[in-house]
Amino acid sequence: MIIPLIKGLLLTIKRFLNPYTCVTVQYPDERPKIATRFRGLPELQIGKDGMDQCIACGLCAKVCPSNCIYVEGTTDKKTQRRYPKIYELDAFRCIFCGFCQEACPVRAIILRDTFELATYENRGIFDKEMLLDLTRKRNIQYTRKLEPKKAKD
Amino acid sequence: MSKEFIILLIIACVKIFIVFSVIQLMIISMIWFERKIMAHMQVRLGPMRVGPHGLLQPIADGIKLLFKEDIIPSKANKLLFVLSPIMTIIPALITFAVIPFGDKVKLFGYNIDLIITDINVGFLYIFAVSSLGIYGIVMAGWSSNNKYSLLGGIRSSAQMISYELTMGLSLIGVVMLTGSLSLVDIVKAQGNLWNIILQPIGFFIYTASAIAEVNRCPFDLPEAESELVAGYHTEYSSMKFAMFFMAEYANMITVSALAVTFFLGGWQGPFLPPVVWFMIKLACCLFFFIWIRSTFPRLRYDQLMYFGWKFLLPLSLFNILVTGFIMVIKE
Repeated sequence: MIIPLIKGLLLTIKRFLNPYTCVTVQYPDERPKIATRFRGLPELQIGKDGMDQCIACGLCAKVCPSNCIYVEGTTDKKTQRRYPKIYELDAFRCIFCGFCQEACPVRAIILRDTFELATYENRGIFDKEMLLDLTRKRNIQYTRKLEPKKAKD
Repeated sequence: MSKEFIILLIIACVKIFIVFSVIQLMIISMIWFERKIMAHMQVRLGPMRVGPHGLLQPIADGIKLLFKEDIIPSKANKLLFVLSPIMTIIPALITFAVIPFGDKVKLFGYNIDLIITDINVGFLYIFAVSSLGIYGIVMAGWSSNNKYSLLGGIRSSAQMISYELTMGLSLIGVVMLTGSLSLVDIVKAQGNLWNIILQPIGFFIYTASAIAEVNRCPFDLPEAESELVAGYHTEYSSMKFAMFFMAEYANMITVSALAVTFFLGGWQGPFLPPVVWFMIKLACCLFFFIWIRSTFPRLRYDQLMYFGWKFLLPLSLFNILVTGFIMVIKE
């Protein structure tokens, strides 16, 4: 009966004497470590030509289980390339499942580590520019990595 | 003669003032230490935001409690409701009157005992006074007109009464060895050998029942937050709550001081001045309290009662028997 009690006491004193075992993250002061495959807010990527990577195929809107994506595409007159005229993501409804990322044939939408979604307005809809801005703010050229997926056999 | 009397009075008042303020300071720092130590034992950081490493947290809490609304429930018994926090904290503080925290000191030509008063029945005084604390808790539970408070109050009275018995019996062995009820004599008798070596069973029983006596984890059933909201102080707010809170810590310091006095040689120790030794031992005991709290889960109520009546009580009687037996043989 006594031995397990002593074992417990030893465990706690060990933790106490080694302050480096603390797992607390002082959040606003230090950023939490976020896993690379963390699913945050979906972000629209920028293509090689500086335009949206998105080709407005609408697969993401189709696959979205909570119907939070609305896409309306047009064709660019000069390059004959399709791009989204309207791309809206309702962050209130988004469940961060990542199906849009899986469905996208050109890797135009990726869920990254944005998790601070609190706003002062009662408004959860992110339009195209806001979603692109998230990528722009990162200031990293993702374009090289964003080659279209090769079709699996 | 009257001049001497006045000087004695002044000395007594100064001693009381110093002891009182030191206990208050210890309570405040204990709140911070407890939160920090417990947090680190549980792989957390504890308070970090108010001041460096949360050092000002107890002060912030105190100010917050001071400015909170003081609510008295409309159907509460107002007199007892106001009286019970006072009745809880006073016994916790006045127990310190008979605890010696240092040897004689010569100051300004006067011999000053570092004890507020040395009465020859200090042992009895402590148990008489600390039993009074139960009334405060029972009254708090009853007068709040709340079933959680009432249950907490009843639980704590049952628990404290049953554990006070074993607590008293565990110290009988020490009293038998010393042959005196005065705490000064008990400390002086431990000059060569601490009582913890002569009375290991007594020390164990005292530790267990002291933790139960001050309602600390793992015996904190009176304020079991998962069952009783908060126990006897559910309805209390503002400074009345703070008084209960302070009483808990004051009680903890008191039973630790008693453990130091009865078992750990009081203020005796080499090299360092007696008061420092007393404080070091006290700090170790308090650390042990926090250590226990952050390690063990709460006991069930029937387990608590069984442990007290069926294990600790026979063991303490056995301890007294063995102590007496050995003393007779030695003679």
